[in-house]
Amino acid sequence: MIRFERVTKRYADGTLAVDDLSFECADGEITVLVGTSGCGKTTSLRMINRLVDPTSGTILVGGEDVTKSDPAVLRRNMGYVIQHGGLFPHRTVIDNIATVPRLLGASRAKARARAYDLLALVGLSESMAKRYPYQLSGGQQQRVGVARALAADPPVLLMDEPFSAVDPVVRGELQHELQRLQAQLHKTIVFVTHDIDEAVKLGDKIAVMQVGGHLVQFDTPERILARPENDFVESFVGTDRGIRWLSFFAAKGLELRIPATIETTTSADEARRIARDASTDWLLALDAERHPLGWLEVAALNGGASIDLAGLRSLGHTFRPDDDSLRAALDATVLSPAGVAVAVDDQGSVVGVADHDEVTRAIRAASGRA
Amino acid sequence: MGSEGQVIAAANTSFGGVISYLTSGSHWHGSTGFLDRIIQHLQYSAETLLIAVAIGLPLGLLSGHTGRGGAVLSMLSNASRALPTLGLLTLFAILIGVGLEAAVIPLVFLAVPSILVNTYVGIRDVDRSLVDAARGMGLRPWQVLLRIEIPVALPLIVLGLRTAALQVVSTATIAAFVGLGGLGRYIIDGQASRNFAELGAGAILVAAFAIATESIFLVCQRFLVSPGVRARTS
Amino acid sequence: MALLTGIQPGALTFHFHKVSDWAWVTSHIGYFWQLSRTHLYLAFVAVAIGLVLALPLGCLAARVPRIYPPILAVTTMLYSLPSLAVIAFLASSVTGLSDTTVILPLATYGLAVLVRSVTEGLNNVPNEVSIAATAMGYRSMRRLVTIELPAAVPVIIAGLRVATVSSISLVTVGSLIGIGGLGQLFIAGENTDFPTEIIAGLVIVAMWALIFDGLFLLSGRILAPWARRAR
Repeated sequence: MIRFERVTKRYADGTLAVDDLSFECADGEITVLVGTSGCGKTTSLRMINRLVDPTSGTILVGGEDVTKSDPAVLRRNMGYVIQHGGLFPHRTVIDNIATVPRLLGASRAKARARAYDLLALVGLSESMAKRYPYQLSGGQQQRVGVARALAADPPVLLMDEPFSAVDPVVRGELQHELQRLQAQLHKTIVFVTHDIDEAVKLGDKIAVMQVGGHLVQFDTPERILARPENDFVESFVGTDRGIRWLSFFAAKGLELRIPATIETTTSADEARRIARDASTDWLLALDAERHPLGWLEVAALNGGASIDLAGLRSLGHTFRPDDDSLRAALDATVLSPAGVAVAVDDQGSVVGVADHDEVTRAIRAASGRA
Repeated sequence: MGSEGQVIAAANTSFGGVISYLTSGSHWHGSTGFLDRIIQHLQYSAETLLIAVAIGLPLGLLSGHTGRGGAVLSMLSNASRALPTLGLLTLFAILIGVGLEAAVIPLVFLAVPSILVNTYVGIRDVDRSLVDAARGMGLRPWQVLLRIEIPVALPLIVLGLRTAALQVVSTATIAAFVGLGGLGRYIIDGQASRNFAELGAGAILVAAFAIATESIFLVCQRFLVSPGVRARTS
Repeated sequence: MALLTGIQPGALTFHFHKVSDWAWVTSHIGYFWQLSRTHLYLAFVAVAIGLVLALPLGCLAARVPRIYPPILAVTTMLYSLPSLAVIAFLASSVTGLSDTTVILPLATYGLAVLVRSVTEGLNNVPNEVSIAATAMGYRSMRRLVTIELPAAVPVIIAGLRVATVSSISLVTVGSLIGIGGLGQLFIAGENTDFPTEIIAGLVIVAMWALIFDGLFLLSGRILAPWARRAR
């Protein structure tokens, strides 16, 4: 557990980087420090491993004041990941990862063996081991950076905008990897970013900081979205925070109903009959495994004898009630030409549908709880 | 016109003369023979280079690591380039006496800046984020210097050494004028006695020596510098 | 270690000489000027030739990156040849005791320095500038001469400064085989055991080097006022 107690950092020229900062990072959680440039988030992170020392106040890691420890020893017990990886260009990937274990006295063989394990853990193949950093893509370099930080199995991981320098697709993958690793390893992670979406996605707790080093709000992502402390936090969080807040509510509670369906072999007349019986303008077309193919607009069934499969309207996307959020369900209803979201199971077979009214009902119930 | 024709005539016959001078067996042995002088040249060059390295390398590393002294280095480098080798050698020869000791100071003075400046720039150019990552991982300052900064700065450091080595070889050649032995003697003596064959032979030997020196350093560079770093700087 | 054992503590004795014979200096100003003229002529012809060759080569190397490494390799190899050796060889077999013997190697050294400056100066011109120029309708050659070379001027001038200072210094080597210039002062001074003459030579050579270095620096500022180099 990491605790900041009234930490202040003032530089020689008078700039106040961090102002009376107090908060606590719980064990096994990801705490995200987020804010614009100059808000002191990076400085605060670097005070944890003493790359910067506070002017006043105390930082405790596991109950111990960090300034009482030898900086080098302290750092060997913490993982440190920076933007662009900071990989040593003159060493191979495997030797990069093995750095801290070697520093701690492990033999080359043992350190390398551990490094190979970590290489696999971060999702890289063994063929990468003997390569040099310049031969790796940005995303791969960052993975190696994370592996290197985890090599000595430190309880604490410090990450300074680690995914900011890669493109959005790779960033999404890396964020997902981090969540996967965290589910397995349960490290105490302090993560710095300027991207509120990244903070909301990854953080168990978020510390929103303002220029001048103030801590404005320290809360769970849901509460930051639902109840921003002040105008600054609200504008920092950005637009659509209500919709984004919905991603914290599971779609599990939605009441699904059975839709009116047709198969690929159904004739036009039969389709019209089913639609009339169900009093609906739209029919959901399914294949043999009950996978949804698209929506059939009954009015478009002109005189033809059979259904024009090519004329089916796209689903938009489906949602999985067990895994997805209300946000995904809402989005599905918006995209569906029938205004109805299609729920599928793990195999992709339809389990039911939910229309706007049902989703709205669920939203109201959720926000009532907030 | 006539004398020019004479010179050209002499030149035409001289190249053949140079070659025969070089290949004549007797010229290779004895105290004024090629072998002896090559070894002398090698000795003086190697020893002064070592002194220059002993002075320049630590200072360059220190300067680069702390970031101070850039201006001084720049001035030193300009001074070294502007002050003629011959002038310094003759001055010291007169003031201290012709021979070894007099030559050492100019030799070292002219070689040090290459090592100093290139080492300084090499270390300065190391990406700060590498140093940050290294410190953040728990390497102590001297470990950062030794294990990270130097290996990454190595291409430039070796370049500095190579340039200095060539400088020393070149200066040692000229130093023959003030009493230092070595291959320069053939040039000086050849000029004095109008023996163009000897002059040319000496020139070829010195040139070969220089090319050999350069090649050795190029090979060293290939082996010393990590492929990961070589790729970035090429 | 012959060197280290060769130096005995007592050996580094300072031989007393009258180091500054001011009267001699003032009475020989004309002589210094005469030597300087020959000296500077040799240095500048060499640098000029070097530049004239370096410009097209450098432009080519910037356009066709593949030929840069071989050009660099050849010029570096030539640069590594000690000046005295090249001068001596040329004197013995090719050009005899003429000005060319000194100018040729110096031009080669200048070329080595300048071709690198030209190429790197051109390569450093931001891509966007070239693309913008092309988009405006500049054809390749004209773009090179009117847009890219001017933009590369600061780097080329930096190279010219180095080449000029080095040349002025290296011309002195020619005096060892009797080819003209301020190096004469060193030879004569050594032969007649007269330090004042040597010091005069050192000071004058350094002075010219400084003057021309400064002139190039200034013209660089005038020609390329946009380049505020923080070095």
